[in-house]
Amino acid sequence: MSNSPILFEHHQSAHCENGVISNLFRFNGLPISEPMAFGIGSGLFFTHLPFLKVNGIPGTSYRIWPGMIFKRVSKRLGVDMFSETFRNPQKAKDALDSALDKGIPVGLVTSVFYLPYLPAVFRFHFNAHNIVVYGREGDNYLVSDPVMGAVSTIHKDDLMRARYAKGVPEPNGKMYYPIHIPQNIDFKKAIIKGISKTAYDMTEIPIPIFGTKAIRYLAKKLKNYPEDLGDRKAILYLGNLIRMQEEIGTGGAGFRFVYAAFLQEAGKLINQEWLIEQSMALTKTGDLWRDFAFKAGRICKNRSNDGTSYKELSEILIECSYQEDKIFGELYKQIKKI
Amino acid sequence: MKKNEVPQDGDNLVKGESNWVNYAVDQNGEYVQEISVGWEPENIALEQAWEVVNEKVKEAQAKALNGQLSPIAYYMELNIMDLPLLANYMNKYQWQVRRHLQPDIFKELSEKILNKYAFVFKITREQLMNIPSIQQTK
Repeated sequence: MSNSPILFEHHQSAHCENGVISNLFRFNGLPISEPMAFGIGSGLFFTHLPFLKVNGIPGTSYRIWPGMIFKRVSKRLGVDMFSETFRNPQKAKDALDSALDKGIPVGLVTSVFYLPYLPAVFRFHFNAHNIVVYGREGDNYLVSDPVMGAVSTIHKDDLMRARYAKGVPEPNGKMYYPIHIPQNIDFKKAIIKGISKTAYDMTEIPIPIFGTKAIRYLAKKLKNYPEDLGDRKAILYLGNLIRMQEEIGTGGAGFRFVYAAFLQEAGKLINQEWLIEQSMALTKTGDLWRDFAFKAGRICKNRSNDGTSYKELSEILIECSYQEDKIFGELYKQIKKI
Repeated sequence: MKKNEVPQDGDNLVKGESNWVNYAVDQNGEYVQEISVGWEPENIALEQAWEVVNEKVKEAQAKALNGQLSPIAYYMELNIMDLPLLANYMNKYQWQVRRHLQPDIFKELSEKILNKYAFVFKITREQLMNIPSIQQTK
């Protein structure tokens, strides 16, 4: 049985992985904002994988794959993490209970489908959702889910399902928490590494399905969606893009605003005015992404081209890619000189 | 996006009950968090996604009530699962689960397998054997 309740401070964030890092690290004595976690973790990305279909729709992502932000933030800040998966669900429960009894709030990877406290319309089979469990009351666990405004509770049976959901990827009961936070942290170094990696990812990978090249690749395909797929399927593909870009957890514009917030914060922290300028540039690009989503939404609503053509949508994407080429190109070039 | 531009399109499937964090700039150009209850394109895309699901559920329900498919077909769609995912949950091969979609095969399934389906679908055995009529699910 737990002794005294864990006094866990719940802060809402835009994105689950960033939010869990921020909340768990803060609990352990290292306050770090969501944008800072996202930036140091090099979370921003863009991929379009036409061959990797989920429900028959090509995969598009505006961020790096799940778990990477955590890995990178821990490594770059020198934080030692406990992290384990369990083949046996009972062992996973025991490990969770044991940590809670020791006063340790725990990060868990879960499936959104089995979290009843989330609004039902958002509960698809998405298995990379991060939450913190910080207590237990009878058969219920106390949950700090960063995307929610307040804390929630979940029954142990539902939590078991959420931790052992099937699909790609499988959470396998993954749980994690910081075990040691160093006294002196070189934030400047971490920020430089974080920016450098993101800038590289967006502009330097010589494969057209990653970074700004992928945005142009998508733009090229999107232009011909109605001819290649027929109106109905074209609209489904568009809808999926909008959801990847705007649905819970991106803070708007496919993480571009969160990243701009990071550049602003980082620029102030390490006294680099030019980062703040890049932040403003990226904010403008974020607005363009949202313009894309807005116009794409109109096409979906009207079930067919309505004023805005797929060609126009394609051109907005291309413009986004050029703007990001400029911003991340500049970041890549200048960050080395600090 | 400016703070006062953060959308509040709450006329959506969630009836404005979702409060998600957005990042926007205030009048001084400083990034702040701002809550949004919804945005039109997102609302449209989400509604569209659920329309696709609901169509599949209705079709499976009709076929199951009709005796063309077993109740498993209905509950599979209701849980937004496809055959590979359901097979994964059941720890069976896809061809096995596909067979279970046939009503005459379903009739012969063991207690063990039926109980497992009921568990996967989070329903009772009673519900598994008696799917609701179209009227009941309106």
